[in-house]
Amino acid sequence: MTIPLEYFLILAGVLFCLGMYGALARKNAVGILMGIELMLNAVNINLVAFWRYGVVGEFTGQVFALFAITVAAAEAAVGLALVIAIFRSRRTVNADEVDLLKW
Amino acid sequence: MDVNVVLSYVAFFALAGLTLLSALAVVTLRNLLRSALALVVTFIGVAGIYLLLQAEFIAAVQVLLYVGAVTVLILFAIMLTERLMEARLRQFTGKWWLAVPLVVLVLALVVVALLGAVWVERPKEALPTEPVASLGEVLMTRYALPFEIASVLLLVAMVGAIVVAWPIRDRLKAVEEMEKRVIRAKAGWKEEKPGTSEGERVEVAR
Repeated sequence: MTIPLEYFLILAGVLFCLGMYGALARKNAVGILMGIELMLNAVNINLVAFWRYGVVGEFTGQVFALFAITVAAAEAAVGLALVIAIFRSRRTVNADEVDLLKW
Repeated sequence: MDVNVVLSYVAFFALAGLTLLSALAVVTLRNLLRSALALVVTFIGVAGIYLLLQAEFIAAVQVLLYVGAVTVLILFAIMLTERLMEARLRQFTGKWWLAVPLVVLVLALVVVALLGAVWVERPKEALPTEPVASLGEVLMTRYALPFEIASVLLLVAMVGAIVVAWPIRDRLKAVEEMEKRVIRAKAGWKEEKPGTSEGERVEVAR
C-alpha cells in the first residue's frame, strides 16, 4: 500500500463528523438514523484501514468490521420498526414531539 | 513515480470526494427521500474504499447489506410515514449554531490526535494468497462464538422489529388516553409551580 494510513483515518474522521452533524441537526427520526449509519460506516473504514496497515494475516480488523456491519443492520431494522410504530400511534416522527416520557 | 502509485492516489481522492460530497448531501438536503438516495452513493463510495484497501469480502458485504438492505428499509420507512415527504415540513432542529461548533471541535480533536500520533511502521506484509478463504476459516475457528452470537442477534432483531411494527388496532386509543392523562398531569404541575413562585414574589414585595 502506497497511500499513507493517515489519509484513510482523516477521511473516516470527516465522514464521522458529517454523520454526527446529521444526527444532531435533523428533527426526523429517520434522518437521525441516517446520520448514525454514516458514523458507523466511518468507524468501519477505520477498522479495515488498521487491518491493512497492521497484522494482515490475522484478519482482526475485517472480522470486527463484519460484526459492526451486522449490528448496524440489526440496529437499522429495529430503529425503523420503532419509527413506524411511533408514526402509527402519534402521527409524527419528529424526535422533539415524542416526549411522553419527558417531564 | 510509478503509474500504479499515481493511479491508487487518483482512485483514493475520487472515492473520498464522492463519499464526502454525498454524505454532505445526506445531512443537508431538505427532502428526506433525496438524502436517502444520496446515502446509497455514500455507501458505494465506502465500498470502493474497502476495495482500495484490498478487503474484497467487506466491500461485497457493504454493497449487499447497506446498499441492498439498509437503504431499502430506510426508503420503506420514509414512504410508509407519508408526512415525512412534505417539502414544507421543517426537517432541521434549527440549532445548527450549536451543532456546527460541536462537530468542528470533534473533527479538530480527531485531526490533532491523528497528526500527533506516531504510527509504528510495520514491515509491509503480503496478503494471504486466498484472503476470503482465510477470513472464512478465522470466522469458523477463532471467532466461532461471536459469529454464532451475531446470528442470534440478527434473529432477535428480526423478531423484535416484526413485533414492534405489528399493527395493533387498540394502540392508538390507548396512547391517546395516556397522552391526555400526561397532559393533565403536566398542566396540574405547571399550575402549582407559578402559583407558589407568585406567592413568594408577593412575600418579598411586602
